[in-house]
Amino acid sequence: MIASLTAKPVCLLPKWLSDLQDDFYLNFIKEDRYLYLLRGLWMTLKITFFAVILGIALGVIAAIVRSTHDKNISEMRPGLGRVLLKISNALVKLYLTVIRGTPVVVQLMITYYIIFASSTNQMLVAVLAFGINSGAYVAEIIRSGIMSIDNGQFEAGRSLGLNYIQTMTYIIIPQAFKNVLPALANEFIVLIKETSISGYVGIMDLTRGGDVIRSRTFSPFLPLFAVALIYLIIVVFFSKLVSILERRLRNSER
Amino acid sequence: MSADMNEILDSSKSDILPGEILISVSDLAKHYKSKAGEIRALDGITTDICKGEVLVIIGPSGSGKSTFLRSLNLLERPTGGTITFEGVDITSPSSDINKLRQKMGMVFQHFNLFPHLTIMDNMTLAPRKLLKMSKPDAEAKALELLKKVALEDRAYAYPSQLSGGQKQRIAIVRALCMSPDVLLFDEPTSALDPEMVGEVLDVMKDLAKSGMTMAVVTHEMGFAREVGTRVIFMDEGKIIEEGTPDEIFTNPKNERLQSFLAKVL
Repeated sequence: MIASLTAKPVCLLPKWLSDLQDDFYLNFIKEDRYLYLLRGLWMTLKITFFAVILGIALGVIAAIVRSTHDKNISEMRPGLGRVLLKISNALVKLYLTVIRGTPVVVQLMITYYIIFASSTNQMLVAVLAFGINSGAYVAEIIRSGIMSIDNGQFEAGRSLGLNYIQTMTYIIIPQAFKNVLPALANEFIVLIKETSISGYVGIMDLTRGGDVIRSRTFSPFLPLFAVALIYLIIVVFFSKLVSILERRLRNSER
Repeated sequence: MSADMNEILDSSKSDILPGEILISVSDLAKHYKSKAGEIRALDGITTDICKGEVLVIIGPSGSGKSTFLRSLNLLERPTGGTITFEGVDITSPSSDINKLRQKMGMVFQHFNLFPHLTIMDNMTLAPRKLLKMSKPDAEAKALELLKKVALEDRAYAYPSQLSGGQKQRIAIVRALCMSPDVLLFDEPTSALDPEMVGEVLDVMKDLAKSGMTMAVVTHEMGFAREVGTRVIFMDEGKIIEEGTPDEIFTNPKNERLQSFLAKVL
């Protein structure tokens, strides 16, 4: 260290810091390489956002089918409704089994290379793959939420004349949602991080952005830590947001 | 209060006159199989509920009285027999049970207010969604009903901020918001602290006076005696004895009723 200081007397910074400075310049500033991270982040956020929406939509539908089936099938009169419910329940169960039983990266590749082989819209493919995947987990979370609501709530709704769907929409789902909010938030934190495999099918997301920089500069340290840090910040920020929302929802009942 | 209550409830629009049959129950049965063999929760119940009547159903626990009451709006599906409400067989698959339930209010033992909604929203949800009332109309009506139970100042509170007695009073007026032709009470005071039973019974008495048709499952023998126009004693899924409160309480004929009354009075 002393040797290096004496060798370079003009430099006022310790060597490791000036190395870091050079490294920073090389990885982020030179040739506007930070743009890889910025564009990647934007892509990651877009994919996550739309996948979350798709996941919730699919999850709620699947959860309603499953819990409707489990609660009512034994009481239902034979007829078309009963048959339809049985078929849709079987389909939903198949969906849950397949999606939860296979790795998401395989699902992503199947979606990209087989199902949408002709599509050029990479983001759409990623949103569909991650949304469908997330939906399966959301379904089980919401279903447990629905099952946790006292049956009296359901009976009160029905006794007022609300039909099954109305009772679900106005009474059961809002309460179930509130109960499972922490579990849902956790699922979305997982989803944000799961999108980091988008690079497998050539999507320029945040992780891929960092990796591209690494491959250009042959200096893995800064790009990869920067990527990790950005994910961490998003997740911490999101967790904070959820805990505020949770507190609000709780307060509304007091 | 009775006259005002009538005005708000606007119950005159039904064609059925006081004293005429509103609900006709014939040979109602609910049998189901369990590990212990076939259980007959309801075993051939036949009775009529007339408009303006306050029918009180008493009996030991497990006698089927709640099952009977809950069958009247099909929260329990009977396995046999028929229930005719305002001339419509509600047990037939072609009847629109959701439409019929709008005319049959129900009050539960555990209140079952919607905890995520304010009192006002609890009360106006069904009228707005089902009767297509405008928000101001529904809220005006809810507020009038709240005044009747002296809870208008809690209109924008949440259920968890209320006492049990207050919750049950809200549950009653929530049912009244739909202007039902009959109100079913499933042990409305059983979950209440003793000092709150009175306030709920008072509301029910006022309702009875206003001419509301009521079917009440209860352990409050004082209420049955004072307010009931007819009392049914059930045991093992059957009606064992029925008559005026006087006949049931002062001159019980059946042995099981006698021993039941000896325990509860």
